[in-house]
Amino acid sequence: MFPSPIGAVEQLYRGFFETGILRVALFESIQRITVGFILAVIIGGVLGILLATSKLADETLGSLVIALQPVPSIVWLPIALMMFQGGGGAILFVVVLGGTWAMTLNMRMGIKNVQPILIRAARTMGYKKTELVWKVMLPASIPSALTGARLAWAFGWRALMAAELIGRGGLGRTLMDARDFYNMDLVVAIMFIISAIGLTVEYFVFSKVEKRVLSRWGLNANQS
Amino acid sequence: MERVSIKNVEKTFVNDDKEKKSFTVFDDISLDVQPGEFVSLLGPSGCGKSTLLNIVAGLDKATEGEVKVGDNIVSEPGSDRGVVFQEAALMPWLSVVENVKFALRKKMDKDAAQAEAEKYLKLVHLSKFMDSYPHELSGGMKQRVAIARALAMNPKILLMDEPFGALDEQTRSMLHKEVQYIWEETKKTILFVTHNIREAILLSDRIVLMGTRPGGIRKIYPVDLPRPRTPASEEFIKLEQDIMSILGGEIEKVMREEMGDDFNSQKASLLYGTNRNMGDHI
Repeated sequence: MFPSPIGAVEQLYRGFFETGILRVALFESIQRITVGFILAVIIGGVLGILLATSKLADETLGSLVIALQPVPSIVWLPIALMMFQGGGGAILFVVVLGGTWAMTLNMRMGIKNVQPILIRAARTMGYKKTELVWKVMLPASIPSALTGARLAWAFGWRALMAAELIGRGGLGRTLMDARDFYNMDLVVAIMFIISAIGLTVEYFVFSKVEKRVLSRWGLNANQS
Repeated sequence: MERVSIKNVEKTFVNDDKEKKSFTVFDDISLDVQPGEFVSLLGPSGCGKSTLLNIVAGLDKATEGEVKVGDNIVSEPGSDRGVVFQEAALMPWLSVVENVKFALRKKMDKDAAQAEAEKYLKLVHLSKFMDSYPHELSGGMKQRVAIARALAMNPKILLMDEPFGALDEQTRSMLHKEVQYIWEETKKTILFVTHNIREAILLSDRIVLMGTRPGGIRKIYPVDLPRPRTPASEEFIKLEQDIMSILGGEIEKVMREEMGDDFNSQKASLLYGTNRNMGDHI
């Protein structure tokens, strides 16, 4: 009943190489987080740019985003299940919502905090409105956008696991199934996978990219 | 090369808050800058010399009056006027050569833009650092990239807003030589904002001394000294003292405004010792 480390390792091996249930579940979860993450970054990015550049949008939609941001996205699942008639769409919806607000707010902040002198300099070279957004504001706010993306991924991953516990398919569902069979070794094995994926992406992928971007943008204090 | 004519320009900052009054920085300023001339705007902080430059650049709008560059009335920023700010304002995500090409936009094809950028980087002696990124450069080098970037647009006039104000003394005197060289090489009309008398005398054909409250032009000094100029020469020192005698009064006005009516720079210097100076590089 109580899980043992050796049992968990054994379950990992069997799940990947004998029965294949973990392989299938992992593949499904990764597919969902990838699609959800990309959508969250795109929607959040566009929304963030809109909020930062349009005062009207900021004063109307902006407060809505701030109000929605502290709502854990899993809370949306009941509505999502109704909207999408259960199934994959609902889970994807929750994942996207989990990441979007963090991306939106960071993107907005990034654009708002672009040094005015860069914009003035670009204006003297004849850059105007939309060109200023694309050529100056957007590249200048990439460090903030990256922070937003990292948060979007982290929130999205957590939201996905929560949604899968209730919904269908993926690592979360498999975890609940394992509990139903009192297979605590498998539960721990799945938790291990969830942690490993989170660590890999957050610390290896995002950290590395962030470090390179920060030093290029001259924001890294250690590099002169 | 193009003439700049500033005609009856007034700048007032209107305050939306009704309790505060709107503030007129200067009013009725007229100035003609001849083609190829190097003119300095000199004055204490708050006299509106940078505001005037921004109006010429098209970054600020004049409340009254108009500015003409050649035959065109200035209404917005444009590539006929290159601007160098106190901060280099380089795009940190672009390399040095890309920063210069940034100013060229899509005016020419890739190879031509590259060649043009290289030409101007060579002019400011930065060919070795073409592929470096701004965060790898010193303050003086960044400012030279900014100058190259402004020149690359081939503007009719070059506007410089305290371009060397944030640099140390050695770098600054080196850049003075560089600017003189560039001016002689390119024959650009240059409008140069500074609060450093020595810098103004060293570089300019004419010095426009501006004052504050009411803001405006106090006096225009032609500088007839032969180039290259040395700050140790007798005429140089005489001119410096001439300008200082007027500028000193203006500075005192500014200090009074900031510190209260009982402020007196002579009393203050007695109190705190003679080695303290009140203004930055003035």
